[in-house]
Formats: sequence, structure tokens, C-alpha cells
Amino acid sequence: METPLTPYLPIALVLLIAGGMAVIIPFFTGLLGPKSVNPVKSSTFEGGNIVVGSTRQRFAVKFYVVALLFIVFDVEAVFLYPWAVNFKALGWFGYATMLVFASTLVVALIYIWKKGALSWES
Amino acid sequence: MSIEQVLFYVFAVAIVASASAVVFLRNPVGSAMSLVACFFFLAGVYVLLWAHTIAALQVLVYAGAIMVLFLFVIMLLSLTDTGPLVQLTPSRAAGALAAVAVFSALIVALKKLPDVAPGWTADPSQVARFGTIQYLGEVLYTKWLFPFEAVSLLLLVAIVGAVVVAKPRI
Repeated sequence: METPLTPYLPIALVLLIAGGMAVIIPFFTGLLGPKSVNPVKSSTFEGGNIVVGSTRQRFAVKFYVVALLFIVFDVEAVFLYPWAVNFKALGWFGYATMLVFASTLVVALIYIWKKGALSWES
Repeated sequence: MSIEQVLFYVFAVAIVASASAVVFLRNPVGSAMSLVACFFFLAGVYVLLWAHTIAALQVLVYAGAIMVLFLFVIMLLSLTDTGPLVQLTPSRAAGALAAVAVFSALIVALKKLPDVAPGWTADPSQVARFGTIQYLGEVLYTKWLFPFEAVSLLLLVAIVGAVVVAKPRI
């Protein structure tokens, strides 16, 4: 039966296989793999070095402003998808509408550029 | 029960479970990951509502971009403080009250909904197009042109706001 859900069958299949792999591989590795547990092997290490301090530390994400601005431009990109699909049908009128839309965001880009929001904080 | 109904209950249970995990997990990164799972299951519900575009955007924007920002916030904040989880402060009481108010408003709105959406469900050609990115584009850039252009101004305001809030030294 053809329902709107039919095109999602491949996606569901991919999710099922990917999820199944993520469960099956560690399960059988634990079941079938050789096990030798000793204190040296069980100790935590990072790139061969002994771990210094805790994982739960404040991490200076210098580019968080860029991430913040990325979300806004990501939303802008979202509006490009339906426009691109209908690009030929919409013609020059559609081109003009997107030009107005994008030029407003170019103003935003110039603003953040001039304000130095894209530069690295020291 | 049709396959849609079965899938709906699967997604609904998964949404409630993952949303509860967001609240109850002590590890903030675990909470964030549960929220990603919640967004994915929510996208599944959107698919069942035939809102195909919204489902794709849910995964792209929410599970992608916004969750990155959530993880950044978790990294930026020092989250070593594990105080008592259940402690009634005025703001939490107000939050609980707001949650109850929204929930009851949703229940009332649900009661007022008609059982079957009138008109368009009978037309199979419309059903096949409904919620697709092509149909969205056809109406968005013609019929709803002004709201579309207004969104660009909204995004401009969001950018200015983000810069002003995040960069107080400028």
C-alpha cells in the first residue's frame, strides 16, 4: 500500500542496521573476545599518559559566539531548501525574493564582521 | 491498529522516556544526549503527521546546530556543583505552575479539536503533496512572501541580540 510513509522505509532500514550494529558488535566483542584484566590495563589513560585532574572542568570554548551565530545562519540555510527545489518554477520573481532575504542577512554578516564577533577572543 | 498508530505509540513512549531522562540524569552531558534522542523521536512523530519538511528540519536544526550550542554551554559552565536535586525555590515553583498551566491549556485545546480535519483528507493528490518541501516552497515564496521576508528581519534582530549579549565588551 502506498502511504506517505513508504519513502521512509529505507531510512528506517538504515537506522535499524546502524542501531543493530552498535548493539551487536560490542555485545559479541564482550562475549567472544579474550579478556585479561589487570590493574595497569584498567587504569584510565589519555594518549598513553596518566590522566591529570578531572574530566568535569570548565572548558574555554572560544568560538561559542560563532556557534551562536551559526544557528541563525543555519535557519537561513533552511529557507534555501524549499527555494532551491522550486527554483525553476519560481523564476526571476523567486530569485528576487531570495535576493531581498539574503541581502538582509548580508547586512547582519557585515555587522558581526565589523563588531569583531568572528575574531578569536584572547 | 494500523502501522501509523503502532509507530505513534512507539515514538510517544520513547519521547516521554528520553524527556524524563533529560530531567532525571545527574550527568549534564547525558541529559544533552537524551535531548538529542528526544528530538529524533519527535521528528518521527512529525513524519507521522506528514510534516516531512518539519521532520527533516527538526533533525538538521535542533538535533544538529542547537544541541552543539547546548554542549558548548555545558562545557563553559562549571557543573561540578551537585546540590540537592529536589529543592523548592520560588522560580522552580513558578516553573512547575507554568508547566501545569501549559499542559492544561493543551488538554483543553485537544478537547476542542475535531476528530477528522475537514475537507482535504479525502483528496489523495493533496495528501501526497502535503508537507513536502516542494509544496512548502510553492506557497512560501508566493502566498506567504511577506512573512518570509519578515523572517530575515527577525534573524537580523537575533544576530544583533546574540552579539550584544555574548560580547558585552563591544
